[in-house]
Amino acid sequence: MQDLSFITGWIDNFLSVTCGLAPWLTVTVECVLIGLGLLLLYALLALFYIYFERKVCAFFQCRLGPNRVGPLGLLQSFADMFKMLIKELITLNHADKFLFGLAPFLVILASMLAFAVLPWGNGLQVIDFNIGIFFLLATSSIGVLGILLAGWSSNNKFTLIGALRSGAQMVSYEISISLCVVTMVCLAGTMSVSEIVAEQANGWFIFKGHIPAIIAFLVYIVAGTAETNRGPFDLPEAESELTAGYHTEYSGMHFGFFYLAEYLNLFIIGGVAALLFFGGWMPLHIPGWDGFNAVMDYIPSFLWFLVKAVVITFVMIWFKWTFPRLRIDQLLSFEWKYLMPLSLVNLVLMVIIIATGFHF
Amino acid sequence: MANLQETVARKFPEVEVAQGETLELNVPDKVWHDLATSLRNDFGYDNLRALIGMDWGEQLGVVYYIVNSTTYDMIRVKVVADGRENPFLHSISDLYAIAGVYEREVYDFYGIKFIGNPDMRRLFLRNDWVGFPFRKDYNADPDVNPVRLDHEEVEDTTVYYEEDPSGKIVEKQRVIFSPEQFVVNIGPQHPATHGVLRLRTAVDGETITKIDLYLGYIHRGIEKLCEAQGYPQTLHYTDRLDYLSAMINRHGLCLCIEKAMGLEIPRRAQVIRVIMDELNRINSHLLAMGTFCMDLGATTMLFYPLRERERILDIFEKTTGARMTFNYNTIGGVMADLHTDFVSDVKALLDVMPKAIKEYNKVFTGNIIARNRMEGVGALSKEDAISYNITGPTARSAGWNYDVRRARPYGIYSELDFTVVTRTGGDSMDRFKARITEMEESCKIIAQLIDKIPEGDICAKVPKIIKLPEGHWFQEVETGKGAFGCYIESTGAAQPYRLKFNSPCLPLAAVVDHLVSGNKIADLITIGGSLDYIVPDIDR
Repeated sequence: MQDLSFITGWIDNFLSVTCGLAPWLTVTVECVLIGLGLLLLYALLALFYIYFERKVCAFFQCRLGPNRVGPLGLLQSFADMFKMLIKELITLNHADKFLFGLAPFLVILASMLAFAVLPWGNGLQVIDFNIGIFFLLATSSIGVLGILLAGWSSNNKFTLIGALRSGAQMVSYEISISLCVVTMVCLAGTMSVSEIVAEQANGWFIFKGHIPAIIAFLVYIVAGTAETNRGPFDLPEAESELTAGYHTEYSGMHFGFFYLAEYLNLFIIGGVAALLFFGGWMPLHIPGWDGFNAVMDYIPSFLWFLVKAVVITFVMIWFKWTFPRLRIDQLLSFEWKYLMPLSLVNLVLMVIIIATGFHF
Repeated sequence: MANLQETVARKFPEVEVAQGETLELNVPDKVWHDLATSLRNDFGYDNLRALIGMDWGEQLGVVYYIVNSTTYDMIRVKVVADGRENPFLHSISDLYAIAGVYEREVYDFYGIKFIGNPDMRRLFLRNDWVGFPFRKDYNADPDVNPVRLDHEEVEDTTVYYEEDPSGKIVEKQRVIFSPEQFVVNIGPQHPATHGVLRLRTAVDGETITKIDLYLGYIHRGIEKLCEAQGYPQTLHYTDRLDYLSAMINRHGLCLCIEKAMGLEIPRRAQVIRVIMDELNRINSHLLAMGTFCMDLGATTMLFYPLRERERILDIFEKTTGARMTFNYNTIGGVMADLHTDFVSDVKALLDVMPKAIKEYNKVFTGNIIARNRMEGVGALSKEDAISYNITGPTARSAGWNYDVRRARPYGIYSELDFTVVTRTGGDSMDRFKARITEMEESCKIIAQLIDKIPEGDICAKVPKIIKLPEGHWFQEVETGKGAFGCYIESTGAAQPYRLKFNSPCLPLAAVVDHLVSGNKIADLITIGGSLDYIVPDIDR
């Protein structure tokens, strides 16, 4: 299993020793480099997801999907991005201009911050500290603030209804997500992302934690779909009811930010699921099968992480293109009457299993 | 019937009774409301089928067609208003819920005000429209009513007229939306209204408290246009009403004109017409189902019905040359003979449909989210269906088994074996399932006919210029949405004196407020989708 921290180590060494920069300057340059790297990754992932979702949904719907721009339509999302970039940002007359402009950046900021703690690969992690997963929960809940602001500041009734729906929905489903994360943290015994991954070296948590882990995973996937405002929980932007919900009034790249953030949140939910249940970047190891484990180790760690995240998000895309949308009261009663009690009971179950040593 | 005539003669000696196409009553306005009450309560004439404004030159008035909902007997009532300057009639909107909207339409076009109707605004035209366009003395000068580019002021109050005990008519104001209410405009540009329909919706949080229907965004004055056209020229407008039932609408108008001319239609044309109608019905139901599912958020379920709909459109295209406005039926028969592939294409479709329906049910009908969204939402009672003049699958799913094909058979429907699909729940799920079952029934009808298309002429011999004798005729057909009626009044000229299309979609839109109040915004979309109204048919 190759450790990719040699790359980051080499850059650090190059800057501080070879170039002889002062420590503060080294840190600054590194931060800028990481920021650029993340932005690039962000854009590429969003482009990939736009293409991926369009193709997947097209095949579900007996269509071909994008197939004109580039081979197999591969350049379609690049074309879309450039179109989005050069479109006019329409300013509204009776809107709160400052909040209206701020909202998309808040939304994008939330997903950007969450990127910092994802385990991209062995040694490829932006910050690794002892409350990593807690930090992730905290940052991802900034997003709802952006959505509420967007809906409120647009001075439009549809956006307001969309924003209020989104607020109610995301606050509710955050509870289930947090409880699932706490369940898995109990099993791991740590909140540090790198340690959670390391714990899974001899088996992913979904196998080690068996019944409560599987329940937590199912609840997490459902609540995560709701958290990203995607179908069948896409009420905040229910196009047949509220045209486009909270981002109805946005145009150009401001709209683009919401669009990107939706896909990036999707990826983050997939990534966190991969981290908590499927070992992050950790290859599939089966205790006792040394040959098999060695072969698995040859697959690069970042590939493991990306593929796991994409497979999980594929399931969520599958949801969206299969199910009809819930109604707001059904959505809330589903969370408060079923999902949250279930995840609470599951947490207790997990604690009992850990206390009795019944896990692997 | 005799009983009715006797009672009317005894209790209302002023009423003139005659027997034409139906029983015809000529009623003075002062006894009209009492007579209507008696007709509805004592004789079961509880379904106001059509309310047609008329201008007979000297006089303005209204023609009513009222149906008994159990025996399907129809009577025609003619009520004449006094004078042309400020004509008043008594409203029957307290007896028939749909009359409230129909009377607004008559007020809009003829300027007849109805005493007792709670809402006397215009229905289709702008508030600032000058004059009443369907009057024969209407000034059509574009300077009087220019194309207005300014925004139409929306009024939150309406007027209504009441008769005080001394018989004097007083005008009163009524508030529709108070300033505290949070009113959202759903439409005219909105993805779920299926066209330019505008629903002014007062919401309290997510709950809808009231809906005000605002129509006229695609009003083209088709009935007025028809008055200036020869009969063959009026036909093509029917394709542009409910464009999903284009064949059937046109069939209806052709039948009405043929009935007036006393024309015998060749057997081959009749069989072709019925097959085309049923294909068109499947087409209409498929699209209704697909868009309904899309409204509920299941976008994928839009595409499966569209796949089968493509086959039907291809069949139509081969024979008629068009995929939407077919222009196929004509007075005396059909325009063109069937394409050589027709029979084999239709048989292939009949093979595919059962499998496709099974697939729809698998993907959508049993889905728990879909069931939660549809079951119990927008439940329509049988009495409301009759009172609101709702027909078609919506009425049948509410338990009123009225189907024009069975109740008043036209064409060769009386020879055919099919079931009138009736359900009892009346909610969105019942409407959805009723459409699926109706498609199966339509397939059954087509299967009975497809091997037995007789040889022969496709069109009877008709004169170049068609003149109808003096008189009036009313003909109904069963479209995908409900009973579509054509009313022709002729003075013997080559143009109709009055041609009225009684659309099935206006009642469907009018009942939305009744069904939605107290439900959630999402339920409005469910109910709208399940009612399946087509806006050009509402506005005409």
